[in-house]
Amino acid sequence: MAEVALEEHGAHAETSTGLPHPKLAMWLFLASDCLLFGALISTYVLYRGRSLQGPFPQEVFDIPYTSVSSFVLLASSLTMALAVNAISRGEEDRMRVWLLTTAMLGTVFIGGQVYEFTTFYREHGLSLSTNLFGSSFYVLTGFHGAHVTLGILMLLSLVGISVAGRFPTADHHMPVELVGLYWHFVDIVWIVIFTVVYLIPAPLPPGA
Amino acid sequence: MVPRRRRGDHPTPRDYVRIAIVLGLITAAEVAVYYIEGARGFLVPLLFLFSFLKFTLVVLWFMHLKFDSRTYSRFFVMGLAGAITLYVIVLLSFGVFGR
Repeated sequence: MAEVALEEHGAHAETSTGLPHPKLAMWLFLASDCLLFGALISTYVLYRGRSLQGPFPQEVFDIPYTSVSSFVLLASSLTMALAVNAISRGEEDRMRVWLLTTAMLGTVFIGGQVYEFTTFYREHGLSLSTNLFGSSFYVLTGFHGAHVTLGILMLLSLVGISVAGRFPTADHHMPVELVGLYWHFVDIVWIVIFTVVYLIPAPLPPGA
Repeated sequence: MVPRRRRGDHPTPRDYVRIAIVLGLITAAEVAVYYIEGARGFLVPLLFLFSFLKFTLVVLWFMHLKFDSRTYSRFFVMGLAGAITLYVIVLLSFGVFGR
């Protein structure tokens, strides 16, 4: 009877909170990651328009190009949600397809970021130590890119574990859901970065 | 356009696709507004509004906070609100918003 009641509320009978603790821990981790990205975004905002020499953001950003990257990352959130949905219905083959699609879209996003960084460096001479814009921009977007790369590795690991039939618990849904939460978090961080860094015009310093 | 579902319901793949279409449309609107000269006066509030809508849709639908236990929402909102409060105070103390 109690089990039926717990089942109806989506609760876990075996934990003290009635909730799966790995998921609770993931939400706690994501909450703490808000502080990390908050610090990096604030640093970028603090240094906006304070570079004494170029190149300045308006000179290097290619908005149409970055917009396509944003669409790619948004699409990867959709495929990730479809992967979680597939495994919740026990369709492991379909889950693998969606996980691989998500990893591929993530790789396209990272490839785009590498191309963007290379272009900024080669064509505009913007390095990590050129000016305040370069330092804060590369650190912020670089950290985000590192998170996406880690997410891709987790997605590929999930596919490998699934193919090998080595999910650590009988509940195959939970690991996929946890990686999904991480992936969507990376997406929402990009939503903020795209607005704050790319779309909101930075003031030019006097005389620039 | 945004599907109607409540806590305890399970979204379908069709719901996810509809949410993704809405997110795509908002992103397109963001980029369009960036290029409209007449929108310069209210560009920043408009971009923040679009960003907030996208953020909320992803968190509620793709991250399932709309359907899961409220405890997860509390954990996340605690971290998010803490981060926003802390860094707004830091930026205010540096006079960023008055520049």
